Amino acid sequence: MRAVAETLPAAHDDRRVAVRRVAIVPALNEAATIAHVVEEIRAVDPGFEILVVDDGSTDGTQAEAERAGALVARLPYNVGIGGAVQTGYQYARDHGFQVAVQVDGDGQHDAAELARLLEPIAADRADMVVGSRFLEAGEYRASFARRLGIHLLSGFVTLITRQRMTDPTSGFRAVNRRGIILFAADYPHDYPEAEAYVVASRHKLRIVEVPVAMRARAAGRSSITAPRSLYYMIKVLLALFISVFRRYPAPAEER
Amino acid sequence: MTPLRVSIFAAIAAILLLLVILELIRSRRLQERYALLWVVTAVVLLIFALWRDGLNVLANTVGIAYPPSALFLLAAVFILVVLLHYSTAISELAERNLMLAQRIALLEQKLKEGEPQSPDSS
Repeated sequence: MRAVAETLPAAHDDRRVAVRRVAIVPALNEAATIAHVVEEIRAVDPGFEILVVDDGSTDGTQAEAERAGALVARLPYNVGIGGAVQTGYQYARDHGFQVAVQVDGDGQHDAAELARLLEPIAADRADMVVGSRFLEAGEYRASFARRLGIHLLSGFVTLITRQRMTDPTSGFRAVNRRGIILFAADYPHDYPEAEAYVVASRHKLRIVEVPVAMRARAAGRSSITAPRSLYYMIKVLLALFISVFRRYPAPAEER
Repeated sequence: MTPLRVSIFAAIAAILLLLVILELIRSRRLQERYALLWVVTAVVLLIFALWRDGLNVLANTVGIAYPPSALFLLAAVFILVVLLHYSTAISELAERNLMLAQRIALLEQKLKEGEPQSPDSS
């Protein structure tokens, strides 16, 4: 499988050099949407190797992803989104990928927007590019509590990184080799998107936000429920506070 | 009301506890997940150290005649909660440890039975 992907040239965009790129798709019980997500990424850019990280699903997520032609790394039990995503970055590191994108398995990220994420990396203007729902007035709808939480988080992250971050809960992003090596070695647990900004910023990665549209979840339900989100909120704020005082040693270049 | 000296001593102890917890998180010897309970403990201790009428109020509401006993009750409750939390955490770890051991055993068996794996591309 992989050998084929390697010899395949970057099919439709010949302006760009063929960089080896992988799409990391974390999924927990997304059997209903995962095949569509995989097919959509392939339709937009067949040059992507697609790795679905199945975080201990109890439905047919693994089988559906394999049927759609993705590689699947199945975790033996649920390790949480942070650990699942990091598994993908470790795969990307170990197999020498130059670029990794992260796309949620629930279908809320539109693969058509991938080009926007990749452009700053291709132009070497950024090491990490994050798709934000809030840079442009989109039609994203969220509950009041969720919006309040996002605003609070984005305020804190902006304060810590000294760079305006509008969407600290976005898991739609692209990183270059530097980002891959960093996240493979050091990625926050539990509710990691906001903290990942801080980790990247502390390591002096160049972070760029680009506006993207996101869809409402196609099926399934968000893993973030009301009482849990309060608990996570407190935990993330504690982690962000601590991160100010933490030292961040550089990860080894290659394993 | 709690004597002033007791209040000062208790506040210093609570602040020290809080600092130790934060340092442990900072140096990554304690995950936030397990730290939260300790942070709550330290903050509650600090509140009852600074709010000098607090123990009396607490003792009166619960019906304890001797207010300092309320402090012991509070401490005992927290220790109980932390221990229970550890028991569940250990159970979860044991479960996951078993799963890992089983997966490794089956993987090794698979590796031995098949041909040598194709070499890595990287």
